[in-house]
Amino acid sequence: MERSSASMWRKLNSRYNLVGTECENCKTLYFPSRIVCKNCGRQTKMRDKTFKGTGEVYSFTKIHVPAEAFREDAPYTVAVIRLDEGPMVEGHIVESDKEVKIGTKVRQVFRKMLVEEEEGLIHYHFKFEPA
Amino acid sequence: MRDVAIIGVGLTRFGERWEHGMRELMAEAGIHALEDAGITSKDVEVVYGSTMASGRFIGQEHVAALLSDQLGFKNIPAVRIENACASGGSALRQGYLAVGSGMHDIVVVGGVEKMTDVTTGEATTALGGAGDQEWELAQGITFPGLYALMAKRHMHDYGTTEEQLAAVSVKNHLNAVNNEYAQFRKKISIQDVMNSKMVAEPLKVFDCSPISDGAAVAVLAPLEIARKYNDTPIQILASSQASDTLGLAEREKLTEIKATQIAAADAYKRARMTPKDIGIVEVHDCFTIAEVMAMEDLGFYEKGKAAKAIADGETALGSKLSVNTSGGLKGCGHPVGATGIKQAWEIVTQLRGEAGQRQVSGAEVGMAHNVGGSGATAVVHIMKRAN
Repeated sequence: MERSSASMWRKLNSRYNLVGTECENCKTLYFPSRIVCKNCGRQTKMRDKTFKGTGEVYSFTKIHVPAEAFREDAPYTVAVIRLDEGPMVEGHIVESDKEVKIGTKVRQVFRKMLVEEEEGLIHYHFKFEPA
Repeated sequence: MRDVAIIGVGLTRFGERWEHGMRELMAEAGIHALEDAGITSKDVEVVYGSTMASGRFIGQEHVAALLSDQLGFKNIPAVRIENACASGGSALRQGYLAVGSGMHDIVVVGGVEKMTDVTTGEATTALGGAGDQEWELAQGITFPGLYALMAKRHMHDYGTTEEQLAAVSVKNHLNAVNNEYAQFRKKISIQDVMNSKMVAEPLKVFDCSPISDGAAVAVLAPLEIARKYNDTPIQILASSQASDTLGLAEREKLTEIKATQIAAADAYKRARMTPKDIGIVEVHDCFTIAEVMAMEDLGFYEKGKAAKAIADGETALGSKLSVNTSGGLKGCGHPVGATGIKQAWEIVTQLRGEAGQRQVSGAEVGMAHNVGGSGATAVVHIMKRAN
């Protein structure tokens, strides 16, 4: 998938630092960030919320047939992580010797996600590693 | 609301239709439907056309007007409906509303997808757009990957096994053998599924619906005039739809499709029925785990009980509840925009008693269940043969 540099740039803080949002009204936490709180509607008062990046594996899979942009990387493991603060987030699990299972404790790391072809951008992103 | 009936249906053979482009597929299914309904092109007042990603597959948008023109409809309103893999079911619902409201009498709904003109990688990317492009596909989480995440958790919570998932595929392939429109008409075994190439663990190639070309068209009319056109009109008793987050991780649970539960509850209420009243159902088996979850979310089984029941043959053709008699998305094929209307085609064909070798005897009430993405849209229709 060809992505414009602007589309990556505008979400850099979230992609690098796991920044979501919190509704000051009802205290609900969101990742990815939202403008409108699902509980409060137009009464929403959102502020940025940086998650600690620790949590556990809620589900995972190893992807063998990748999307086009990831064909050099397959197979790779992705997971749904239940963050310690509550919300769930999808992300890569980096390769390591430790076995990944449902319930495995993980922590966020900063890694290269994708190198665009032909001298394109290098995309960095949060990933997770077994803690 | 007026009562609404389906008075005609038409389908193309699903599969790798290299000899035909999108417009030829639409015309083929459309002509069948018009003939079946006993109407001419001049009778049609509005058309809803559904396709998920024609722009990515063949570079063609504006598909409803193309469908209208290719079927010789004269400058009538034509509207494209896109709801990922639930585009067809959503178009059917729009047609139902157009007739039911009294705005139009004869309405055509047509779904199509031309998928085999691109590589598997390009198709995988296009289908990934059914999920959350910004947070799922951007991280290389493919569409099968999303259902694999659901499957892993379902297996963890309920003890569902890979062999039970494989049984869904075996059943649907067996049903497809007797469907002349199906992409795969070959019996397979549990071992065939287990030995097939891994896509996203635990889902293997034979757990996944294929990439297909095909089109499906239905003609709707008010029930009160339906018999003018057709001896066996099929009444739509309920047409219900719900939505949810695109992103999988933003839902409460991964072991259910909440939109299906909500749409189904609404449909049962409108039809004044319970799951026990349904004799045949076409469920959205884009992956084997999807059929397992659908059987639970539609109320046929308690959560966690469907996989074993399917593996035990409780939903085989001719059992109390026959599921995916067409072969489902797995066996019949899954040209994405056409699927929701193909499901209605199968229910209509069964309720008329015209399903030949795969006919379910005594089926009176049928259901079609169409899901978009990993569950951000669900559409449920309940139908019966009009009295």
